[in-house]
Amino acid sequence: MTSTVDTPAAQAGRPTPPSGLVAAARAPRWVRYALLAVGLVAALWLPNGLYPAVAVDILCWALFAVAVDLLLGFTGLMSFGHAAFWGASAYVTGLVAIHAGLPFPAAVLAGALAAALLAVPIGYLAVKRTGIYFAMVTLAFAQMVYYVANEWRSVTQGENGLQGVPRSLFGLDLTDDYYFYYAILPIVLLGLAAAWRIVHSPFGRVLVGIRDNPARARALGYPVHRYKLTAFVLSGFIAGLGGGLFAVGHRFVSLDVLHWTTSGKAVIVVVLGGIGTLWGAVLGAALVVRLEDWLSFSGFEAIGLVTGGIFVLVVLLFRRGIWGSAVVLARRWLARSQR
Amino acid sequence: MTGFLQNTFNGLVSGAFYALLALGLAVIFGMLRVVNFAHGAFYMLGAFGAYVLLSEAGVPFWAALVIMPLGLGLLGMALERAVVHRLTRLDPLYNFLLTFGLTLILQDLVKSRYGVQSSPYATPSALSGSVDFGLFDFPTYRVFILGFAVLVCVAVWWTLTRTRVGMVVRAATERPELTPAFGINVGRWVTPVFGFGIALAGLAGVLAAPMRAVNPLMGADLIIVVFAVVVIGGLGSIFGSVAAGFGIGLVQAWGEAYLSSFPIVSQTIVFVVMAVVLLWRPAGLFGREEAPA
Repeated sequence: MTSTVDTPAAQAGRPTPPSGLVAAARAPRWVRYALLAVGLVAALWLPNGLYPAVAVDILCWALFAVAVDLLLGFTGLMSFGHAAFWGASAYVTGLVAIHAGLPFPAAVLAGALAAALLAVPIGYLAVKRTGIYFAMVTLAFAQMVYYVANEWRSVTQGENGLQGVPRSLFGLDLTDDYYFYYAILPIVLLGLAAAWRIVHSPFGRVLVGIRDNPARARALGYPVHRYKLTAFVLSGFIAGLGGGLFAVGHRFVSLDVLHWTTSGKAVIVVVLGGIGTLWGAVLGAALVVRLEDWLSFSGFEAIGLVTGGIFVLVVLLFRRGIWGSAVVLARRWLARSQR
Repeated sequence: MTGFLQNTFNGLVSGAFYALLALGLAVIFGMLRVVNFAHGAFYMLGAFGAYVLLSEAGVPFWAALVIMPLGLGLLGMALERAVVHRLTRLDPLYNFLLTFGLTLILQDLVKSRYGVQSSPYATPSALSGSVDFGLFDFPTYRVFILGFAVLVCVAVWWTLTRTRVGMVVRAATERPELTPAFGINVGRWVTPVFGFGIALAGLAGVLAAPMRAVNPLMGADLIIVVFAVVVIGGLGSIFGSVAAGFGIGLVQAWGEAYLSSFPIVSQTIVFVVMAVVLLWRPAGLFGREEAPA
């Protein structure tokens, strides 16, 4: 396996995006603007078509999934421990909001910064390994964070969780989830735009180069570890934004936010939506959150059966994911119509 | 001194579980390049199977110690044929995700049937009581676990180094491209080796049933610690995985005993060791260096 390092990722069977939004052959400009317009309209309409509380969850998970995709799809690193950043930010946000009484965006920012800070040592150690080892190392460190939160009861309240996280914003009444959704939408869009900007910057191009051929990137003089670490910290920050908003949205933080199943769920959301597509991560988040809400609403207890089943089916039969498959179909259709 | 020996012994016993699980993971990884996330779930199934066999069919511990590893080994072989094998040509991450999904399914199947509370499992009567070592007594059952686990590890080591099957497995582990070129049918051994690794997890589960709480989640947290163990030992090295298993068991037991004013230490010490190993020898204590990336 190690001998495949200098061959292109596609040949090694690495999880690669279907040469989607990053490759040279990008969709025509009008298609991209049309998609952006559709996405914005959908985001503005969402709490009118769904329970607003579910819509809030979708926004938070979209940020989380995009953060994971930034590493999995564009850096070639599968973090199986991103719950550490999502959860750490949720706790810090909750604590800041409760004890400092700051408006919630400031608390969320503090949480995301704490997550980024946590991502520095974890990322520094994890990028020393690649592939499956990277997944195991991040998973292990996330479990360590979980244990620490579980033991540090004086701060985290242990199994009881942090209760009564306020939604304060300059005296506005945000108790209704419907208004809260629109209050956090700008923050979420900023986070998503930041991810898009990172991917399409020269820095993002280098990340993709490292993903496809680390040996060549190194030979060209790029400090590969440092690039990976930077991507890891940025990803931790974006995951932290989502986690902080999640804490404020639920007005409650429980140990679940740090559990390994949360990390795994974030990865499956990305794979379902399509690795390396960003749009797919958002779509996957919407689908999975909606599905879980529907399952728990209909009184179905064994949610793990369904999510696990989806996991197995997607990995076996649908590795391109929804967005990845759509891109492939659209490209085929375009190629035919141009002939 | 007595206390120290007792802690050491307890460390070796919990290390025996890590070693058995890490051994199974390492054998499977060596042959298939698959990191089996579901290893913890199979450990849980081993323990749960022993419990169900005893409480619902009256099958004693000794029979379960044979039936469960065999049955789970067969189930593992079926799974390898049905799903795992379809993904082995792709990046190992896909099989990691697949077995993660299987873990969720297996856990929830058991949970929806038996609930999340822990069930007691009586120590077999022949192994109750304790053994007198002069300075101190040890529960007979724990002595049995340690002896049995060491025996299994030695038997696997002997198979790998002294038999034809073992040679094929080692060759396929170390030179996956070259071995078939010698006309060795590696593919024939893939399914049995996967089944064998699963059987080891099931065996560890049956051994754990009388000692630890039997519940659907018992394997989940354990497997993450075992992942840290194999990162420390070096997953490519079968000896390293076993040695790291016992080593981590010892370090945890000592940490628990001598740093008891910090309860967090015993749970997190394995991750701290992993961090140190990553800084000092990123490939693991006994692993070989990966190609630079």
